[in-house]
Amino acid sequence: MSYVKPSFRHPDLPHNRIGLTEASYEGAISTLCAGCGHDSISAAIVRACWELDLPPHRVAKLSGIGCSSKSPTYFLNQAHGFNTVHGRMPSVATGANVANRDLVYFGVSGDGDSASIGMGQFAHVVRRNLNMVYVIENNGCYGLTKGQESATQDRGSKTRKGSANPFASIDLVGVALQLGATFVGRSFSGDKNQLVPLIKAAIKHKGFALLDVVSPCVTFNNHEGSTKSYDYTRDHIETGVIMDFVPMKDEIRTSYEPGETVEVTLHDGSAIHLHKADSSYDATDRQAAINAVQSHKEDGKLLTGLIYIDPDSEDFHEMMGTSDTPLNQLSKRELSPTAETLARINQSFC
Amino acid sequence: MSENSSVVESGSKKGSNKLKAVNDFVVKFANVNGSGSSSANHMFAKAVFRMGIPVSARNIFPSNIQGLPTWYEVRINEAGHTGRRGEGCDLMVCVNPQSMPQDYKEVLPGGYFVYDATKPLDLRYQRSDITHIGIPFTEITNAEWADARQRQLFKNVVYVGALSALLQLDFEVLTDLVKDQFKGKEKLIQPNIHALELGYRYAEKNFDCPLGFRLEARDSNKGKIFIDGNTACGLGAVYGGATVCAWYPITPSTSVAEAYERYASRLRIDAANGKKNYISIQAEDELAAMGMVIGAGWNGARAFTATSGPGVSLMNEFLGLAYFAEVPAVLIDVQRAGPSTGMPTKTQQSDVLEAAYASHGDTKHVLLFPSDPKDCFDQTAQAFDLAERLQTPIIMLTDLDLGMNDWMSDPLEWDDERNLDRGKVMTAEELEAGTDFGRYLDVDGDAIPYRTYPGTHPARGAYFNRGTSRDEYARYTENGDAYVRNMQRLERKFETALQYTPAPVITERQGASSYGVIHFGTTRQALEEAMQRVGEAGYQLDDLRLRSFPFHAEVRDFIERHDFVFVVEQNRDAQMRTLLVNELDIDPNRLIKVLHYDGTPINATFIADRMLECLGDAKVTPLRAAKGANDA
Repeated sequence: MSYVKPSFRHPDLPHNRIGLTEASYEGAISTLCAGCGHDSISAAIVRACWELDLPPHRVAKLSGIGCSSKSPTYFLNQAHGFNTVHGRMPSVATGANVANRDLVYFGVSGDGDSASIGMGQFAHVVRRNLNMVYVIENNGCYGLTKGQESATQDRGSKTRKGSANPFASIDLVGVALQLGATFVGRSFSGDKNQLVPLIKAAIKHKGFALLDVVSPCVTFNNHEGSTKSYDYTRDHIETGVIMDFVPMKDEIRTSYEPGETVEVTLHDGSAIHLHKADSSYDATDRQAAINAVQSHKEDGKLLTGLIYIDPDSEDFHEMMGTSDTPLNQLSKRELSPTAETLARINQSFC
Repeated sequence: MSENSSVVESGSKKGSNKLKAVNDFVVKFANVNGSGSSSANHMFAKAVFRMGIPVSARNIFPSNIQGLPTWYEVRINEAGHTGRRGEGCDLMVCVNPQSMPQDYKEVLPGGYFVYDATKPLDLRYQRSDITHIGIPFTEITNAEWADARQRQLFKNVVYVGALSALLQLDFEVLTDLVKDQFKGKEKLIQPNIHALELGYRYAEKNFDCPLGFRLEARDSNKGKIFIDGNTACGLGAVYGGATVCAWYPITPSTSVAEAYERYASRLRIDAANGKKNYISIQAEDELAAMGMVIGAGWNGARAFTATSGPGVSLMNEFLGLAYFAEVPAVLIDVQRAGPSTGMPTKTQQSDVLEAAYASHGDTKHVLLFPSDPKDCFDQTAQAFDLAERLQTPIIMLTDLDLGMNDWMSDPLEWDDERNLDRGKVMTAEELEAGTDFGRYLDVDGDAIPYRTYPGTHPARGAYFNRGTSRDEYARYTENGDAYVRNMQRLERKFETALQYTPAPVITERQGASSYGVIHFGTTRQALEEAMQRVGEAGYQLDDLRLRSFPFHAEVRDFIERHDFVFVVEQNRDAQMRTLLVNELDIDPNRLIKVLHYDGTPINATFIADRMLECLGDAKVTPLRAAKGANDA
């Protein structure tokens, strides 16, 4: 059952530039477990979309199957959503995106959905640089079928019953970087301050934006010995760069000293300000990003923040040379050639 | 042996007597895959077509790129029969030593065996009932060309030139074809014509030309085109307004996507900026291809994929999702023999049940059965209207024989006044006006609900699409009543499809018996010929050609009007018969199986023999008296 949220809201809720309060970006009440990291991510998506003044109905939400994939119901009620089949959201998102390039596409997936059954589709949507935000709500386990380990579970991480995972984990951030992803971020569902600007930058990025968000499963994977628990994640998180997202027309306000900040300008003129926690980190250097992700992993640390961005990214539509008018808005005049043309084609088969 | 107009010179079929025939014989080319023979062979068939003589051509090829034997069979038939004749050949052009023993046997008594005489024929090849025509192809080409690849390619052209003299194939027609083929690459024209002349001159000088088999120009092909089904499908998708093609390479369907892209890249370019009003995506697999089609269909674009049986298997889950979520999708299944890698380059009609009930759960899909290239064009274009009108996958079942071979066809037609039926889509204005929107609400009583495209209205019309249960307003529910209501509506919607899908074509014959025939797809041409043969043996049979599923009322009526009905199909399990029995509750004993499934296209002899076997044993009563004029 979905529950209807009460429509009453505080009368003084602030409005964004298109006159909407944050309540206009909410979804149905979550049916996930209390304390589920996924709900924090939904809340961060709500906040990011509101802050960016996105008309909610101009977003399309897609997901696969699993706890993560239920969550698009819990944000942006006025957006169309499509809960597809297990591991295949990337292809449906690809079809949707090519049909109408003017919407913002949110894909919400999980570690089972993306790193196992959907690994193939994940790899190829990265390669195509489809213009979408791809959120992996990563909890290292299959929640909806009651806690089986997933492929992102770290080697040695313990299950609830105490056995250690003997298999190497798949790090989708590393995979995406290898595959040429143009925007790769990692965050933690418990760190809204980091997550909201990351989501905003991901939306504004032209191309495929991966956000791997560690999102602990309070029911099946939040015990001692698990490397995806709240406690473990908080203790082992390390931020490569702290970032702000600055929309195109906003004045730049920063609390950081000049010299500490690097500005990356996106295609529409908006900017990402990177505040280096580690002065040697360059988020536009793919090789450095791959090395940093790997060396943190070896040290038992989780590198978060904006890990890599290609500000000159060329998305799938640009690669394919598709029309500026969304394909779903073309009329018969543009679509069906004439009978006269067909008569000429017939001639070529005589 | 062809019975139509071949005349044996003397009584014996086994003697060395040459058969004589004008415009009624089969020429077969035995080549090595990858040797460039296909364009020369095609030139031969096309030249016959341009001479106005009915012709059909079939590529019989292995799953291989280079080295294995491949054949090209051209049937020339004045009477217009374009199904495969099905027994040996009358003239074999053998340029592949690898398959020579088999090819040699295939020549019918009285026929001709054309071979490369650069080396003498092995002593094993000593049939006295056929005529051997040795032409030193290798010697001729080696003397003219130094480059090994050129030698190989021109050898093919040389034998076509030789056939021109042997069979009286109009040489000017051939040279015109060469000029057409190399338009834009003019310097290739002269060497090709030269190669044709080399063959022609050698044959003319050394043999008594023409042979017993020969061609005479006719005027039978006026207005016809010579085209393969896959190209017609690709064109149908362009005209039908498809903007998204997502596909994964698989024989024999790949050329559908290739044809779509070839024509779209010419006809769908925005003149203002050179951008494409279409997209063709080579997907990572068939699952992804179908996922893309569904995503695009959900978002209001006309989308399709083309695949073959193994691809349909992979798409099953997605097809179920599209059925339940009610998303338009078009799937062109170019059937081949299965399973998986088995006989991938051979034809069959063996995906009928797989397609009709694709996916887990209760699902039924609308199927279309084209029988020639014009059908391929018309039904592909129509499939997009059907998919959007009915909000469901439409599966077109064509096959390798139709898809990858050239067929004589009526020209493709398009009406500029025709509109694309985009189905029930609620607009922003309607939503703004407060029209009640329930995504799965049957407002019009035809079980087809209204849908909205994502992004339509700021506050109304959004819904969450899912494969799990929902109520009429697309709200998630696990309530059994809501599920049953929805499933019953989907069943009613399937009935509604009958208002839009093409009805069967029934051919009633004078003095028809109480036996009837049901067939579909590429069985059509062989069946028409078989009906003649069965007729000559004294039996007249009505036939019904299915063009779509679900079955129209006419199908049930047809079966009810006849005591027994042959169901002719190209698979082992009598899949269409099963579908008829299952969907129409027909007594299985009344539907007689005629099954052809060795991977070659079904042929008239096979059909006629099976029917006559059955009819000869039975007491066949007339359904209608043969009356003549007052029948109408």
